[in-house]
Amino acid sequence: MPDLTAKKKRPLWYNLSPLNLPVPGLVSIFHRVSGVVLFLGLIAFLYLLDLSLASESGYAQAAGVLRAPIAKLLVIASIWALLHHMCAGIRHLFLDVDVGTSLHTARRSAFAVFIASLALTASIAVRIW
Amino acid sequence: MVNRIIVGAHYGLKDWLAQRVTALLMIGYTVIFLVVWPRPMSYAGWKALFAQGWMRFATFLLVASVLIHAWIGMRNVWMDYVKHTGVRLALQVATILWLVGCGGWAMQILWRV
Repeated sequence: MPDLTAKKKRPLWYNLSPLNLPVPGLVSIFHRVSGVVLFLGLIAFLYLLDLSLASESGYAQAAGVLRAPIAKLLVIASIWALLHHMCAGIRHLFLDVDVGTSLHTARRSAFAVFIASLALTASIAVRIW
Repeated sequence: MVNRIIVGAHYGLKDWLAQRVTALLMIGYTVIFLVVWPRPMSYAGWKALFAQGWMRFATFLLVASVLIHAWIGMRNVWMDYVKHTGVRLALQVATILWLVGCGGWAMQILWRV
């Protein structure tokens, strides 16, 4: 009879770097990072909204701020963060109601989140540059 | 007995549901905004958009949604990475104060138009 109380020797492998994060995992961590980015960007958004609605000259000033190349880069990065967060969130809402929960579909929808948010960001980036 | 700590999660379905309801509200606002934003953009059109009562109403709901949504999200981030109770509590309180302050500023911007 086997000894059920004896501790089995199990292999220990603490180094996780050889493991690949699957695409849904990438969508998940990008969802988190983009959420934090949006939280941090809230102040800049409010600043621009305040300036643009305050007066005619404030509006021109806000438009001037947004014309700088560095500002455009930040705007494009923020738009990507927003679009990724939104697309990943919509995917999440579908998963919540048990739509697309099979491994195959979940991987495909994760890919779709990256493609859709990057394509939309690119199309907006071209227009505002 | 579950170990319930003051800087832990809010147990139950409430926050989970709030995160999803606020997400849907923000998606709805985005759709409305894409329809009504002035083209071409001008100060007059921009100001006229936010001077309307329904737009302020909708934007107020957007701001409220952002505050709740950002709070739940940031709280989860603090809970995952900050293990020291005092530091976590300080960050959570700072997050709430920051968000409520931003909400007040947003209201002032909207009702000054």
